[in-house]
Amino acid sequence: MSDQSKVLDRSALIKELSTFLRETQIIHEQEALRPYECDGLSAYRQMPLLVVLPANSEQVQQVMQCCHQRDVPVVARGAATGLSGGALPLANGVLMSLAKLNRILEIDPLNRTARVQPGVRNLAISQAVEAQGFYYAPDPSSQIACTIGGNVAENSGGVHCLKYGLTVHNVLELKVVMASGELVTIGGAALDAPGYDLLALMIGSEGMLGIVVEVLVKLLPTPQRAQVLLAAFDDVSKAANAVGDVIAAGVIPAGLEMMDGLAIRAAEDFVHAGYPVDAEAMLLCELDGANDEVSAQLAKVRQQLLDSGATEVRTAKDEAERALFWKGRKSAFPAVGRISPDYYCMDGTVPRKRLAEVLLETARLSEHFQLPVANVFHAGDGNLHPLILYDANKPGELKRAEDLGAAILELCVKVGGTITGEHGVGHEKIHQMCVQFTAGELTQFHAVKRAFDPKGLLNPGKAIPQPKRCSEYKALGSETLTAPSARGSM
Amino acid sequence: MEMKSTDISLQLEQVIAEAAEVEQSLQFTGSGSKRFIGRQPIGKPLDVTAHQGVINYEPRELVITVRSGTPLSALESLLASEGQMLPFEPPHYGPAATLGGTIACGMSGPRRPYVGSARDFVLGTTLINGLGRRLRFGGEVMKNVAGYDVSRLMVGAMGTLGLLLDVSMKVLPLPERECTLVQELTEAKAITRMNQLAGLALPLSAASYDGLKLYLRLSGSEQGVAAARSELGGETLEEDALFWQKIREQQYSFFKTDKPLWRLSIAAGTPPLDLPGKQLIDWGGALRWIVMDEVDEAAATLQQVAKANSGHAQLFRGGDRAGRVAQPLSDGLMLIHKQLKQAFDPKGILNLGRLYQEF
Repeated sequence: MSDQSKVLDRSALIKELSTFLRETQIIHEQEALRPYECDGLSAYRQMPLLVVLPANSEQVQQVMQCCHQRDVPVVARGAATGLSGGALPLANGVLMSLAKLNRILEIDPLNRTARVQPGVRNLAISQAVEAQGFYYAPDPSSQIACTIGGNVAENSGGVHCLKYGLTVHNVLELKVVMASGELVTIGGAALDAPGYDLLALMIGSEGMLGIVVEVLVKLLPTPQRAQVLLAAFDDVSKAANAVGDVIAAGVIPAGLEMMDGLAIRAAEDFVHAGYPVDAEAMLLCELDGANDEVSAQLAKVRQQLLDSGATEVRTAKDEAERALFWKGRKSAFPAVGRISPDYYCMDGTVPRKRLAEVLLETARLSEHFQLPVANVFHAGDGNLHPLILYDANKPGELKRAEDLGAAILELCVKVGGTITGEHGVGHEKIHQMCVQFTAGELTQFHAVKRAFDPKGLLNPGKAIPQPKRCSEYKALGSETLTAPSARGSM
Repeated sequence: MEMKSTDISLQLEQVIAEAAEVEQSLQFTGSGSKRFIGRQPIGKPLDVTAHQGVINYEPRELVITVRSGTPLSALESLLASEGQMLPFEPPHYGPAATLGGTIACGMSGPRRPYVGSARDFVLGTTLINGLGRRLRFGGEVMKNVAGYDVSRLMVGAMGTLGLLLDVSMKVLPLPERECTLVQELTEAKAITRMNQLAGLALPLSAASYDGLKLYLRLSGSEQGVAAARSELGGETLEEDALFWQKIREQQYSFFKTDKPLWRLSIAAGTPPLDLPGKQLIDWGGALRWIVMDEVDEAAATLQQVAKANSGHAQLFRGGDRAGRVAQPLSDGLMLIHKQLKQAFDPKGILNLGRLYQEF
């Protein structure tokens, strides 16, 4: 497409969008577009053709109808806290921000549900229902900022999914605008729906199957009591093995998190949570439920942690200390950000029993690539978040960080895990999909995509690689980890 | 029931590939325990029961991977021997029920509203699509968002998108203690109570109402169950495990009838439904079983009532199995269903018409 025809297309598109959107809902000036050029993974940047901010589901439908007719691709975006470049714009595509659809529509205490628009923040749901004794369970670290629409797109987890599941376990119904502009309702307030389980397919589909305009979430009763144990270890492997020991003891903790020495010290310097700074590893184990249930579990888990070699086991002495223990964990990413100019967060999942071995191998890879790695992660789920510390201003360091990241993800697949537990594939991990799936499986994914979006207009090029590109990737080895176009615009 | 270990995936792959070649319709068969569910099966039978055995079970990982022909009872005994269970408490509906049929039908028992459904505990599957290609989706880890969640899509698809070869599931520890409390209540009060209690931090694991009495099951640690029991009050039911088994397996007196049985899955807090015929409530109000005389208007009436309460009605047992048994889909959803069927089974040979006449 020549530059001239693109310009013509763009102004014609703006003109048509202006027939149903106000001037303030269409952003097309270069400087105003700048804030939309990336999501939480800012190493990848791309200016969109233009940005639209629909204010209701009818406008989302109108934008889609308009783009569908003109074959213009659309990338949906929530709060852009995603860490895989899933909301990375396309140069020839419209970026649709759902930020204006930010109302909580209904809270139903008897049925324990809340009906919300996609731009409502994750934490805002829990805050809105707190007084009635409820909360929304999935709690990604970005929960202050991230939106429920983005959570649905990514099937977000958080520190409590070991016991309460991911987004897919906590959403009952979605209203979705299809690529054609048609509005469909998937699921309902009942516990199942007729036909195929399209909710499962839609949740975690990274904006490639439809655009969510309304979400009915399940609310859980606030536990009578929540208590957290902090266990220190002088050895990373001992801590990793203790994770499996706790679960083997028949307890499903509400959360079971691990931090290594580097992460402990960075977090302690940042929030002064009272963490054991001499330890090589630390576990935070949260138990919740009815009062007596928690007491019984606390005794059991404390003993198990000591049996597994913990050098110290502490119980938060009050609610303030419990909050502080969690604050340290939840701010571990920014804390690591303070000790390094840049960091790159990975997201593989491995079977719990392979944790110790994968952590050791990660340490070896870290040495090989000469970049430090801090580990702070959802140990109970086997969901690793290695943070690779690098300096983008030093020539070659970003490339080395990406190569190290790719090596860690491929290690996860090798031990029976996956390249992404909760951050999504997006733009970032598209090549590692070739390692995890066969050409036949990728072909099946593309067929699923076509069933929803025959023209391939929703977030094209993300999440699922073309099998042909995979053969190229495999033939070239790990030299070309990133598409040249993205590399050039970094 | 004894569990053997036999892998016949190569044969199954070959049969499906050959059937695709000549466009021969197939129907997958297990023990036949759930043959009554859905629309009447058509096509050449393909028996999957020989494909059985445990591929991987590590109690510490809370994960098990088994072949689809594995008998459900053998699987449950194995888990129980390690102090674990399938958390969704699946109905068997027959002594030789297989895991594959259970997952394909998406069946979950009384524990479902409080712990999760069959689909919630599926982590991965290997399947053969309608072209005879063997594909693996998901895995054996708790969190996995790489690619579309095809393994959960298979749950309840009744084999219309592919043949399940094996299924990986999350399992949970058996509760240390269970007990059931019984209380005589009106239907309206029972529904309100079930839903109010579900909104409190209690170890509730089942809630059912048989038209006369409300049954509440508690599961958890000794201390936790004892505390909840004294908080709630009411009579304790003797032999409660048998009671819940009868509810789950539809062996309870309510289900002993020759008349058609309808399943209404609706918002849990829906007040009593004003309908002719007797009703039994499970899933804390979210499931209403209804026995109705075979009248032409029954389907339309029940579907309308279900829809008004944000759910759907299904002709579960009896009636005309060649007709429509599931709630009609909206035009938009029907189009997606047809296109998904096309995506997995382009020749249209797998369990044709089992869910809907249209595909």
